[in-house]
Amino acid sequence: MQAITDNNGVKRYLVTLNVNGDSYTKVIKANTTLADFLREELDLTGTKKGCELGDCGSCTVLLDDKPVDSCLVLAVEADGCNITTIEGLAQHEKLDKLQESFINNAAVQCGYCTPGMIMSAKALLTKNPHPTEQEVREAIAGNLCRCTGYVNIVKAVLAAAEDSKEGVKA
Amino acid sequence: MYLPDFEYYAPVSLPEACGLLAQFGPRAKVIAGGTDVLPKMKQEILAPEVLVSLKNLSQLTDIYYEKGKGVVIGARATHNDLVNSPLLQEKYLSICEAAHHMANNQIRNRGTVGGNIVNAVPSADLPPILIALGAEVKLVGTGGERTVPLEEFFTGPGNTVIKQDEILTEIVVPDQSFTGSTYMKFGLRRSGALAVVGVATAVAMHGDSCQEVRIVLGAVAPVPMRAKKAEELLKGKAVTAELLEEAGVCAAGESKPISDIRGSAEYRKDMVRVFTKRALKKAVQEGHS
Repeated sequence: MQAITDNNGVKRYLVTLNVNGDSYTKVIKANTTLADFLREELDLTGTKKGCELGDCGSCTVLLDDKPVDSCLVLAVEADGCNITTIEGLAQHEKLDKLQESFINNAAVQCGYCTPGMIMSAKALLTKNPHPTEQEVREAIAGNLCRCTGYVNIVKAVLAAAEDSKEGVKA
Repeated sequence: MYLPDFEYYAPVSLPEACGLLAQFGPRAKVIAGGTDVLPKMKQEILAPEVLVSLKNLSQLTDIYYEKGKGVVIGARATHNDLVNSPLLQEKYLSICEAAHHMANNQIRNRGTVGGNIVNAVPSADLPPILIALGAEVKLVGTGGERTVPLEEFFTGPGNTVIKQDEILTEIVVPDQSFTGSTYMKFGLRRSGALAVVGVATAVAMHGDSCQEVRIVLGAVAPVPMRAKKAEELLKGKAVTAELLEEAGVCAAGESKPISDIRGSAEYRKDMVRVFTKRALKKAVQEGHS
């Protein structure tokens, strides 16, 4: 990895990440987390920071299609990877069916956990389009909602899965 | 919550990685999944000046079978790699299950089996089942490589026999004579909880008779421990409900838990009794199927 040392002896590293389909090349310090890279370098503030220790899941993004806590990934470690954030879900101003479903099922209260919840749910539905309630609960077990609105969140994910089932029939 | 400054290296070969560890000595730390080292750095429990990443050592993620050796698990395989491995699902479902009940999905996508072992946390979920199955770990350093039985790897909480310039590269689970194995974890929540007690058992059944058995307890001693007296109690005997209860009582007596925020020592001992009994029963039944 290419490193640049400034006059004060601080090393910076050249990284290229593909975020929501666009390639970004930046020079960053090694202690930049992926969450900070997204929020500070790219202004993608949909990804939230909560506990910053990997417990709450508000910073969940997809790294090569797998949900991870972006507060526990170094941006230098994600060099060359594909990242999907909550901003990458809507296509041409049309919300993702999960986002629609969260609105329709009143699954958003304060909203802080919502981006992370949706990213975990997105990964689940991509892998398993018709999950059981148990599977949904397991998939979002790493996402804490301190408004405790879990019932509607689970309902919203199941409803989004149900919608896609109808879509297949049609 | 910010990470302090550090230098970062992502070597492309094992010799290069070990060389960096030797060069920087105790100032350097290995990073694999980062789910343990980064929270510790944020909380100022660890302050390495150099992180040596295993990111580019992609051969360390493979899980495969080698005849005469056994199942080889690359140290950088993530917990979800274990859960989703068809080979492990077929040969050692107990390992998949132990990995599946760890932390949460996001952590399981990053955290690695090697990290879970090297951190030597007494409540770690993978060491008990791997020790029960007689696993060995390969350590590669600047002076060559060596193989250590996992049972002899841990020396205390956070401490192992690994040397500063060594990297744990693979875990080998040898071919088994055991007919069934299981790992049962008792945590305070179903997800994102450390084990209050973890019990791994492996049994070789011949009819109703227990020919060979291993019981490994997690979270109830400074390091994962064999309940050897309970094992002796079972060996060569016909398995009955009474015998399993006796083995549970015996294992509870052998355990040396501490009291902490997750449970008192007395409570843990009693949970060792309960979960040893249950884990034995499950492993025995598996042998019958």
